[in-house]
Amino acid sequence: MTVHAQKTRKPLGTLIIRDRHLLLMFLPVFLYYLIFAYLPMVGLVMGFEDFKMGSGFEGLFTSKWVGFKWFSQFFSSPFAFRLIRNTFLLSFYSLIFGFPIPIIFAVAITQLRSPRVAKVAQVITYLPYFISTVVVVGMMTNFLSPSTGIINQLISKLGGKPVNFMSDPSWFRKLYVISGSWQSFGFNSIIFVAAIMGIDPSLYEAMEVDGASRWQRIIHLIIPGISETIILLLIMTLGNLLNVGFEKVYLMYSPAVYETGDVISTYVYRQGIENHKYGYAAAVGLFYSAVGFAFVVASNRLARRVTGSSLW
Amino acid sequence: MTVKALGKRRISNPHSFRKASPGDKALDVIIWVLVIFAVVVTLYPFLYVVSVSISEGSAVARGDVLLFPKGFSLDAFSMVTTNKQLWISYGNTFFYTIVGTLANVVFTCLGAYPLSRSHFFLRRPMNFYEAFTMYFSGGLIPTYIVVTGIGLYNSRLAMILPVLVSAYNLMICRSAMSSVPQDLFENAALEGANEFYMMTRIAVPLIKPTLAVLTLYYAVARYNDFFNAMLYLGDTNLQPLQIFLRRVLLQASNEVLQSAGGQAAAAAAENTLKIRYVCIVLSAVPIFVITPFVQKYLVSGTMLGAVKG
Repeated sequence: MTVHAQKTRKPLGTLIIRDRHLLLMFLPVFLYYLIFAYLPMVGLVMGFEDFKMGSGFEGLFTSKWVGFKWFSQFFSSPFAFRLIRNTFLLSFYSLIFGFPIPIIFAVAITQLRSPRVAKVAQVITYLPYFISTVVVVGMMTNFLSPSTGIINQLISKLGGKPVNFMSDPSWFRKLYVISGSWQSFGFNSIIFVAAIMGIDPSLYEAMEVDGASRWQRIIHLIIPGISETIILLLIMTLGNLLNVGFEKVYLMYSPAVYETGDVISTYVYRQGIENHKYGYAAAVGLFYSAVGFAFVVASNRLARRVTGSSLW
Repeated sequence: MTVKALGKRRISNPHSFRKASPGDKALDVIIWVLVIFAVVVTLYPFLYVVSVSISEGSAVARGDVLLFPKGFSLDAFSMVTTNKQLWISYGNTFFYTIVGTLANVVFTCLGAYPLSRSHFFLRRPMNFYEAFTMYFSGGLIPTYIVVTGIGLYNSRLAMILPVLVSAYNLMICRSAMSSVPQDLFENAALEGANEFYMMTRIAVPLIKPTLAVLTLYYAVARYNDFFNAMLYLGDTNLQPLQIFLRRVLLQASNEVLQSAGGQAAAAAAENTLKIRYVCIVLSAVPIFVITPFVQKYLVSGTMLGAVKG
């Protein structure tokens, strides 16, 4: 990005008049972020207040100040550890199992001897990414249903005992990770395929002249060739490590699997929207946002150090 | 680079499979197995759902349908398609998708263009202003208080305004506009064009491929939006398809059966599952029809997101 230094300092009024069209264009977006992003940030104040919904938005300034009451209540509750652990583990397992699959798939698809099959396979594997979470969780729940689901029908036919997958806490993380991988591996492989296609073709020829096998080509040319992409994406994924999608957990879980399935965002939803404990829920949410922010800043620092580029 | 490149450029070894060494042959076998496995795993759930939706109810209940349809019956389709709520939801979803996506793209362009102009005196602070929202947010509760506080509860605008501009997409759009040759703007300015003219006649037409990808991302997000509807739309006449799907697929709502009426209990039990799968089929049709057409832009779009200048 080129930085155009403002050499001559013009008075503000002149700049406003000169850029009035640009200012006018940007105004709606400015207001959008002001209302829907920055106003809620101000609203986080309610995490330190005894906020009541009836008081409306003005309630932010009139509610009773309670300091760190909600925070200490949260951290001394038995839920804090469980929620942080569940949030972390869901992300962590998604990363460990979900990250390598698109890379392996991208290598496989670019090494396929039939480009036509490769193209068709790519188009097919993108599709699930565009299906809604409701449908993905809906299919999973119905496939795994103990009475009518195909999986349990097969288990029964093979003489096994039906498993109630969706209400078994030991299955929650596995199902979350597997379905997440199923949905996104094809789409996530796009970037690695592009990186592999970007490797200089003369390098392949050089390796061939040297008599390298295709295994050697993958290990010594392709993997190193896309390692920077891999590292950059890994760092970005780490930055969003605690960013567990609320929607999917919310649609998948039930009280029976809270032990492994309840995460910070779903807990905030239940406490705030369902139980109307707005102050308490906002405090837990603030903690979550702050930790998430720290992760992103740290990962961005790391990315800058590794590649010299940054997202800021 | 587009996916077409896969077809044009052969990375694979020019030596034929027969001449390949045993190690290379083994690799070929592994690659074929991997790719076929990936395709089968991706497609099977969809094929199974379609097969169930058109099979005989009794075959479905016995668990005979594994891949191909058993018998043929469109009972469930007619039950679902005569359900009033489905069409209300479908109509709402199309409204939110079309109006929402249009608003998304228009306001993303309006926001991105000033940020792409290097002389704009607020460029750097506004870049930060916009990018910061990607990293820190007020979270669910304060956002909920704001959105309901400004009167958007049970309003169609609740599906559009809170998700008007995605900061990430704004950055993609801005990068694309920044890469438009600057002399085009300079020449236009010399001829007296104002910024609005330059945006609509120069910047926007030149970044069409990027806009195609952004439109796809936005449209899919609007079509699939469940979260905002769940939070802000209590009125079933305003709710989109995803809320209807959740009731039928996940909350075991038998509203479709009930509204179809006059069903014997046994037939009802047989049809419950079929009705669910029919709903999945109907909801996925627009996605499956549209996505392959836009997929040639996907690669360039994804690259834009990852490789920012």
